[in-house]
Amino acid sequence: MLKGIIGLLAGAAALAQPAAAQTQDPVLIRTAVLRVDDPGLPPISRLDLPPDDLGFAGARLAIEDNDTTGRFMGQDFEATEVTASPETAGAEMAKLLEDGIEFVVVLADDAVTLELADQVGDQAMLLNARARGDNLRGEDCRFNTIHVAPSRAMLADGLTQFLMWKNWPRWFLIHGSHPDDQAMAEAYRRSAEKFGAQIVEEREYEDTGGARRTDSGHVQVQAQVPVFTQRAAEHDVVMTADEADVFAAYMPYLTWDPRPVAGSAGLVPRSWHPAMEAWGGTQFQNRFESLANRPIREDDYQAWLALRIVGEAATRKQSGDPEVLKEFILSPEFDVAGFKGQALTVRDWDHQVRQPILLTTGVLTTSVSPQDQYLHQTSQLDTLGVDRPETQCQFQEAS
Amino acid sequence: MKHLLSATTGLALLISADAALANRVFVTNERSNDVTVIDGETFEVIGTYPVGNRPRGITISPDGTELYVCASDDNLVRVFDPNTMEELHTLPSGPDPELFVLHPSGNPLFIANEDDNIVTVVDTETHQVLAEVPVGVEPEGMGVSPDGAVVINTSETTNMAHFIDTETFEITANVLVDSRPRFAQYTADGSKLYVTSEIGGTVSVIDPATQQITKKISFEIPGVLPEAIQPVGARVTSDGTKLFVALGPANRVAVVDARTDEVTDYLLVGQRVWQLAFSPDEKWLYTTNGNSNDVSIIDVEANEVVRSVQVGQQPWGVVVAPD
Repeated sequence: MLKGIIGLLAGAAALAQPAAAQTQDPVLIRTAVLRVDDPGLPPISRLDLPPDDLGFAGARLAIEDNDTTGRFMGQDFEATEVTASPETAGAEMAKLLEDGIEFVVVLADDAVTLELADQVGDQAMLLNARARGDNLRGEDCRFNTIHVAPSRAMLADGLTQFLMWKNWPRWFLIHGSHPDDQAMAEAYRRSAEKFGAQIVEEREYEDTGGARRTDSGHVQVQAQVPVFTQRAAEHDVVMTADEADVFAAYMPYLTWDPRPVAGSAGLVPRSWHPAMEAWGGTQFQNRFESLANRPIREDDYQAWLALRIVGEAATRKQSGDPEVLKEFILSPEFDVAGFKGQALTVRDWDHQVRQPILLTTGVLTTSVSPQDQYLHQTSQLDTLGVDRPETQCQFQEAS
Repeated sequence: MKHLLSATTGLALLISADAALANRVFVTNERSNDVTVIDGETFEVIGTYPVGNRPRGITISPDGTELYVCASDDNLVRVFDPNTMEELHTLPSGPDPELFVLHPSGNPLFIANEDDNIVTVVDTETHQVLAEVPVGVEPEGMGVSPDGAVVINTSETTNMAHFIDTETFEITANVLVDSRPRFAQYTADGSKLYVTSEIGGTVSVIDPATQQITKKISFEIPGVLPEAIQPVGARVTSDGTKLFVALGPANRVAVVDARTDEVTDYLLVGQRVWQLAFSPDEKWLYTTNGNSNDVSIIDVEANEVVRSVQVGQQPWGVVVAPD
């Protein structure tokens, strides 16, 4: 379903702008944002209900930002907004390709993102703004995809570095029963081994489809969670892997032993948080909120960053030629600023965007990883996630 | 009560220290919403005065009679009598004013509105807005040519230095620089323009006549991660021999030979060093250190940090009253 095209209005304003001394029409740079909505269960907390413009609002801010710069460069940006279901995603992508759009921001789960990447081939560059799967950066990597969203391995490593700094190395890992929960648990196991933490106990919290947001839900939960967590081996932290949002939010203050909760609840690793104020973040939050009338979400930040990558390439190369931009984005010369205190770049071995990971509680950013003591010979950011020597990604020659 | 008492004492000191009105140092404290006043002779704190919400940019009129403060969260510029720190009036600034620059004649004031992608031009006598100049995303750094003909604005997300004609308020040129340009500083003879890039980690040296980048200064400090080297504030001596660059979380000020634009030294100062200001005789350079809540004082000739002075919470901007 076509949601609309943003950017045309700003483009008209750009034409009227005399200062840039443009003599010819601006160069049009066309992009699309394809959001694939999965009709899953609603979140545990009503505060986490997804807004209608999730992701799109971030994209709109990026188009505004790109157009403001474009005014001085003779460039005009637009983003076609499309929503789809997992079943219709392929057909919607086909329409975008037919329309000649060569940059598509995709907000979808791991499986759909991979299907779309295979469908697109060398016709367009995909900018993955949601899927966290390590396989997408590993054995299932595709040359045409830039991963703007951090991988599960990066999120896990960001959290682990902090817990090791805190000297809390003994973890009680609780994961859900869905495949994404298992994948996140695997990322924590890998990260524990990498940084020397120990998983002293592991349990699965099975999704039995019980009442969650009913009147009596919290009464049952209050009884269930202490029982579920009792008699675990001596641990420092309860680590939760619950991407399906079934149980983790219930854990803080209900565990049998009085221990902090991290992972999917408590101290949560994220790409972005609406309370982030460092590194110019305040003005970014202000601009987003005045545009969207709500606090920003990670999907918005990631969609914003994806389209800023395209915009930054167009500014630096002073070109709207998609082939020129794609080549530049994948070159070692490319970097982009994202309100994270340092330049963000693209790893050449798996096309993951290097970036700091925010460790957040409900209302604040507690810390930002990488932690100072974890050093690296090329970039400290490569202490997060799968580094060059470990990668399982082997790009095929573009077909 | 204790707070009130100390403020009163401060005021008394200000009034009695009439002979030394000049050479006082004014520091905005972004988090504690006040200005710390330091005696430029003794380096003692004279007093701390509330100035509105989230004060950042600060400057003073050439005759030293009006102190201007960007009260970012009040969306206006507050004007104070620097002798008494009493508020005289306010100026319309447009939303979220961050940094500004005063025309060398003392009028008008050019203000970067960070949230709105404009530079607001305000008449300091009539208090009227003269123009709003659309610029790039997140305008921040403001510099002015010594002859007052050109104002430079840097836009942090667009990554450009915009050249604004101060007669027509039109943009005449745009120079693309490295990521997150924060500050623009001309040499006194107008022959060079320095633009710092926080994320790019460089200082672009621009020939104002051709608007071309002639050189990029980069920095390397043993034992400091390259990502932590983030150039922000910059000041050049009036004889054009020394450029000082605040390097943010690297906690260093770089000393650059401004004749060759080569780095000659790094001076260890407080944490997250942000903006810089010379004393009128250019003997001292004051630095605001946002994370350690202090001001470092550098001996300009000796390239040495001689003192640090505790100020309010998250010091941001600094200006010294003229002689």
